[in-house]
Amino acid sequence: MITQAGLQNHTATDKAARSFLILAMSYLLFGLLLGVISGFQYLLPPFLKDQLSFQQTRPLHVYLVITWIFTAAQAGIYYYLPRISNRPLYWPAGAWLHFIMQLGVSVFIITCFFLGYFGGREYLEFPPLLGVFILLSWLPFVINFFFTLKSNYKTAPLYIWMWSTGILFFYITVAESYLWLFEHFRENIVRDITVQWKALGSMVGSWNMLVYGTGMYVMEKTSGDDKTARSPLAFFFYFLGLTNLMFNWGHHTYIVPAAPWVKTVAYVISMTELLILAHLIIQWKKTMQGAKKNYHLISYRLLSYADIWIILNLTLAIAISVPAWNYYTHGTHITVAHAMGATIGINTWLLMASVFYICKNEKAGLLEKRKPLIGKGIIITNISLLIFWIALLGMGLVKISSKLNNEVFALMMQKSKPWFQAFTYSGAVVLIGLFMLVYAAVKILSGSKTGDADKNQPGF
Amino acid sequence: MVKVVIFAGLFILYSLYSILIYTKGTENAVALSVPEQSKISKGKELFQKNNCIACHQLYGLGGYLGPELTTVYSDKNRGELYMKAFLKAGGQRMPNFHFKDDEVDAIISYLKYVDATAVTYKNPE
Repeated sequence: MITQAGLQNHTATDKAARSFLILAMSYLLFGLLLGVISGFQYLLPPFLKDQLSFQQTRPLHVYLVITWIFTAAQAGIYYYLPRISNRPLYWPAGAWLHFIMQLGVSVFIITCFFLGYFGGREYLEFPPLLGVFILLSWLPFVINFFFTLKSNYKTAPLYIWMWSTGILFFYITVAESYLWLFEHFRENIVRDITVQWKALGSMVGSWNMLVYGTGMYVMEKTSGDDKTARSPLAFFFYFLGLTNLMFNWGHHTYIVPAAPWVKTVAYVISMTELLILAHLIIQWKKTMQGAKKNYHLISYRLLSYADIWIILNLTLAIAISVPAWNYYTHGTHITVAHAMGATIGINTWLLMASVFYICKNEKAGLLEKRKPLIGKGIIITNISLLIFWIALLGMGLVKISSKLNNEVFALMMQKSKPWFQAFTYSGAVVLIGLFMLVYAAVKILSGSKTGDADKNQPGF
Repeated sequence: MVKVVIFAGLFILYSLYSILIYTKGTENAVALSVPEQSKISKGKELFQKNNCIACHQLYGLGGYLGPELTTVYSDKNRGELYMKAFLKAGGQRMPNFHFKDDEVDAIISYLKYVDATAVTYKNPE
C-alpha cells in the first residue's frame, strides 16, 4: 500500500510526468498536422512544393509521431514508477534533464528538416550525429527506471519486463541502424538494406513493448485484476512477442536477394503470430463483456478499441507476411495501412488510455466534466481512422493492379485519386478527433482545480 | 528463474543471428572496380543527403509519392534517359535539385548498381 510519505514524494515527479505528457501530445498534434499536409501533397502535387516539400513534410511527420509514441510511454512510466516501487524517483532532477535534452534534440532535428539537412535513412532521416543525442537524452530515463524499481525480475509483473525489454532494444536497434556508417555495410546494398530492415523492424517492436507494457499496467489498475500481469499465459505471449521482435523483421526482405534461409526464418516466426490472433479471438467475448461493463471508464473504453485494432492489424500483418502475397503488397500503401493502423489504432489508443488514467487520478472531477467531448473525439477518430485505413488498402490494391498490368507510375497515381481524396480528408478528420482528446487532456492536466482526485485512495 | 533463463537464451540466439546476418547470406553478388565503387558511393551519398527516400523506395524502403527505383535502370518504360530528365529538371511532384552533370551520373551509377543486385525482385523465387 502507498504510504502518505510516499505520496508526498510523488509530487515533484508527477509534475515532470505531466510536462512530458503535454510535450508528447504536442508532438502528436504537430505530427498529425504534417501528415495532413503530406496528404494534400498527394492530392495537389504543387502544394507547398517549393516552400515545404514532401521531402521535408514526410520526415517531420514520421519523426514527430514516433516521438509522440515513446515520449508518452516515458511520461506514463515516470508517473507510475514511484507508485509501483513505493519509493520516490531515484533522480528527480534527471527527469527534468531528460525533458530539456529531449526538447533540445527535437528542436535540432526539426530545424535540420526545415533547413534541408538530411541523413536520408528511413525513419531516421536526420543527420546521423543526432541519433547519438537521442540515445544520450534517454540516459536519465534509463537510470531512473532501473534504480527506482531495483526490480527482482523473477517476481516482477509483465509490464516491468516489457518496459525493460523496450528500453534495452531501443538502444540496440538505434545503434544497429547506424551500422551503415561502416564500409562493410554501406558498400553492399543487399547487406545495408537487410540490416536496415532488421534494425527498423525490431525498433518498432521496442517501442511497442513500452506502449503495450503501459497498456497492461493501465488495464491492471482500471480493472482491478492484478493476476493477469503475473500469469504464465501472459508471459508465454510476451516471449512469443519477443521472439517476433527479434526475428520476424525478415518478412520485409522477401524481395531482397539475401540468402533463402533469412526469409524462411522470418516466415516461420511471423506465422507464430497466428497464436496471438487465435488467443485474441477466443478472448473476444470476454473483452466485449468487459468493455460493455466498463464503458463509462474512458481508459477502459480506449483499451477495448485498441483490442479491435489489434485484431484488424494483426490479421493484415499475418496476411502480408505470406511470401506469395508479400511480393505484391510490399512497397504499396497496404504496408502503410498496417503501420498507420498500428500507430493510431493501437499505440495511440493505449497511450491515450494512460493519459486519461493519469487525468483521472490527478483531477477526476475535471475529467468527468470533459467526458462528453472525449467520447465524441474517440468516436470521430475511430470512424475516420477506419475510412483512412480502408483508403490506404484501396491505394495498395490499385498499385498491385497497375503492377500486374505493367502500367506507368503516372497512370497508377491518376487511378488512385479517389483513394487519395478519401485518405486525405479522413486523415484531416483524424486530426480533428485527436485534437478534441488532446485539448481535453491538456485542459484537465493544466487545470487549477484538482477535482476529486483518486490518488489518495488505497490500492492506487 | 525460468523466465530469466528463457530471456537469456533468446537474447543469445538473437545476438548470434545478428552476427550471422552481418556476415553471411548478404554478400555482394555484383563485382565492382575501385572507380565504379567510388562513383556509386558518391551517388549513394547524394541520394541520402537529398533525402530521396522520402518519396522513392529501394527494396520497399521509403515513401510512395514517387516511383519505386529498385529496377528503374532496367525498366523498359524508364531507364537512364528518363532518370536523367527528372534529375536535371524535376517533375510535377519532384523538386528541381539543380544537380550538376557529375552528380547526375553518380546517382545513376548508384541506381544502376542497385538494379544489378535486384535478382529476386525481377524474378521472385
